[in-house]
Amino acid sequence: MIIRRRELLKGAAAATLSAGLPRLARGADTASVYDLERFGNARILHITDTHAQLRPVFFREPSVNIGVGAMAGQPPHLVGKAFLDRFGIRPDSADAYAFTCVEFEKAAARFGRLGGFAHLKTLIDKLRADVGERRTLLLDGGDLWQGTGLANAMKGADMVEAANLLGIEAMTGHWEFTYGEAVLRDNLSRFKGEFLAQNVFLTEEAAFNDAKAFDPASGRVFKPSIVKEIGGHRVAIIGQAFPYVPIAHPKRFTPDWTFGIRDEELQKLVDNHRNNDKVDAVILLSHNGMDVDLKLAGRVTGIDVILGGHTHDAIPLPITVTNAGGVTLVTNAGSNGKFIGVLDLDLAKGKVANVRYRLLPVFAELLKPEPAMQALIDKMRQPYIDDWDDKLAAADRLLYRRGNFSGTVDQLICDALQSELEAEIALSPGFRWGLTTLAGQPLTMEDVLSETAITYPETYVASMTGSQIKDVLEDVCDNLFNADPYYQQGGDMVRVGGLAYTCTPGESVGKRISELKLGNGKHLEAGKSYKVAGWASVNQQSGAPVWDVVAKHLRAGRPPNRDAPGVTLNGVEDNPGITRLG
Amino acid sequence: MSITSNEFSPARRLVLKGAGIAALIGLGVVPFGVPQALAAANDAYPADAFKQKSEADAIKALYGKSPEPSDKVKMDAPEIAENGAVVPISASTTLADVTSISFLVTENPIALVASYKIPAGTVPNVANRIKMAKTSNVTVIVEAGGKLYSAVKEIKVTVGGCGG
Repeated sequence: MIIRRRELLKGAAAATLSAGLPRLARGADTASVYDLERFGNARILHITDTHAQLRPVFFREPSVNIGVGAMAGQPPHLVGKAFLDRFGIRPDSADAYAFTCVEFEKAAARFGRLGGFAHLKTLIDKLRADVGERRTLLLDGGDLWQGTGLANAMKGADMVEAANLLGIEAMTGHWEFTYGEAVLRDNLSRFKGEFLAQNVFLTEEAAFNDAKAFDPASGRVFKPSIVKEIGGHRVAIIGQAFPYVPIAHPKRFTPDWTFGIRDEELQKLVDNHRNNDKVDAVILLSHNGMDVDLKLAGRVTGIDVILGGHTHDAIPLPITVTNAGGVTLVTNAGSNGKFIGVLDLDLAKGKVANVRYRLLPVFAELLKPEPAMQALIDKMRQPYIDDWDDKLAAADRLLYRRGNFSGTVDQLICDALQSELEAEIALSPGFRWGLTTLAGQPLTMEDVLSETAITYPETYVASMTGSQIKDVLEDVCDNLFNADPYYQQGGDMVRVGGLAYTCTPGESVGKRISELKLGNGKHLEAGKSYKVAGWASVNQQSGAPVWDVVAKHLRAGRPPNRDAPGVTLNGVEDNPGITRLG
Repeated sequence: MSITSNEFSPARRLVLKGAGIAALIGLGVVPFGVPQALAAANDAYPADAFKQKSEADAIKALYGKSPEPSDKVKMDAPEIAENGAVVPISASTTLADVTSISFLVTENPIALVASYKIPAGTVPNVANRIKMAKTSNVTVIVEAGGKLYSAVKEIKVTVGGCGG
């Protein structure tokens, strides 16, 4: 433990982020990585996509995160060494471990786990105390209530408790909506902060039937924004929920609500805060995903900073986007509690005079867990832990999820679906949450739930023709690689088992997927039917929850399938969104 | 991950319902003295245009001329449809002397979806919900001062799922 702490301090002191924007001051070079030099008069702390990970985690960043078109080679579509070079991070450092997949297993042993709400609480309390009363805000970008067995069993109520204790003052949402309106509203009645979403409206039918709305005149379901006074200045915080909730998830969870990016409504809101409320700064708390935020920043004027999430990109420096009204800074703050964004603002009358931003990795080894939060976490886990603590198996290799096309966790899930449901082909969603398990570590039910805990976990077995299977792959692939970010939904490519294919990301929809082959090497036939198993369907299904299928497979102790994922990439040979490192 | 089927029937369109609403809005402001015969001629149902498969043929049958793109034609539509069977699309324009507004979906089996007559004095603003078979460009055409102006936007119809 002590050795590891020393490793961290040595490695992280060079922490960095010195390259880049002239507007940003250079990173602090102080003894402790968390003693930040004072700057400006207001501090906004940003966490996002923690996916309910109350305890510290291992989480490997992707080795494949390809950008196409104008996004090729641009943040966030850089991985491995290209990422380190772009942001001036020393290889072999603690930051390299936190931000990239480079030598992940070796570095994980050196630097340990990240995040955890008790550790976050200690760090947040310090970052707030450092600048004094009424000078800080703590914002959460959504995907706070989902991602663990505990959050699923408690329908997010555990995270409302944790959020209140952490002191989150405003949040927006994505997976929060998948608990349905009744649970969402019940949770929000206990949440001490504000739930903000400028882009969620009643459907016409729901409005006609007088469904509940924050503003019946406009049909806005939730409060769109708040104005807070910090550091003696007024700051508007606007919430932007995930724009594609009823498409990416079963529509039955949100039948009365319609979403979308809605940048025209957003512009009106920004203008109103600027012209009528005379605010000094406008911040967008966004769950759009980074590519969408970068495009939006070029179209909507008057936003100073977009604090972004959804795509789980840990980007050390803000990206500056020029638009007709000036510039907007765009950030993305990673996932699973690994990072906290610290936005220090020098606010003046009607404007932001200067900005300093850091994305701090939350090294659990460097932070004492805050006792009250630790006690809350232990208390909430207590009723479930006996059921979930059994070792089902040991990880036969590094198990991780992130990557555009495959991850070893999803290969395991596909193996389980194929063998337990006796299917030729398995499909598993390309989620970006879910933890990393080091080789040899035990796998418990709690670990399996951390990869699978959603409100529509039912498995299915269906007969699909070869051309239907290709259509599904093409459709999901377009969500990932459409050259226009507004047509992307985030997430990664659907994972496949028993199937191999070639993907050409730079092509257009219908032309990206080719060379579809079964596990036995035979070509998939367009008109022939195949038995396909899957889970997380947007249509109602009735099979066993996927976590039970995976647990059964692990308990059976079958020899691990070490076949390569079977995806061949075409036309992206020099793309810095791919690395073989780590 | 999932599969949905949009049960699309090419025979059914939401044309008449939408057109009826536009006509009702117009009724209160139809100026006196419009010859009855002219009004009757304008009301003729463009049956031929609604039989054309391609967008170009439908425009030709409906108007007999081609549109030019214009930023004065404003279309409000989602990038990705939440439900391909009912996609909300509205159109408005700052152009003067508007006489009709039409909606076409390039990839639908029959391209023309709806065509609204806009009586003089009516605010040229139409909202309707259209049915889309699959991802397609959607075209709005505004007829104003005897000329045609258009705006185009791609609307994606997806099988959904797999978001992260």
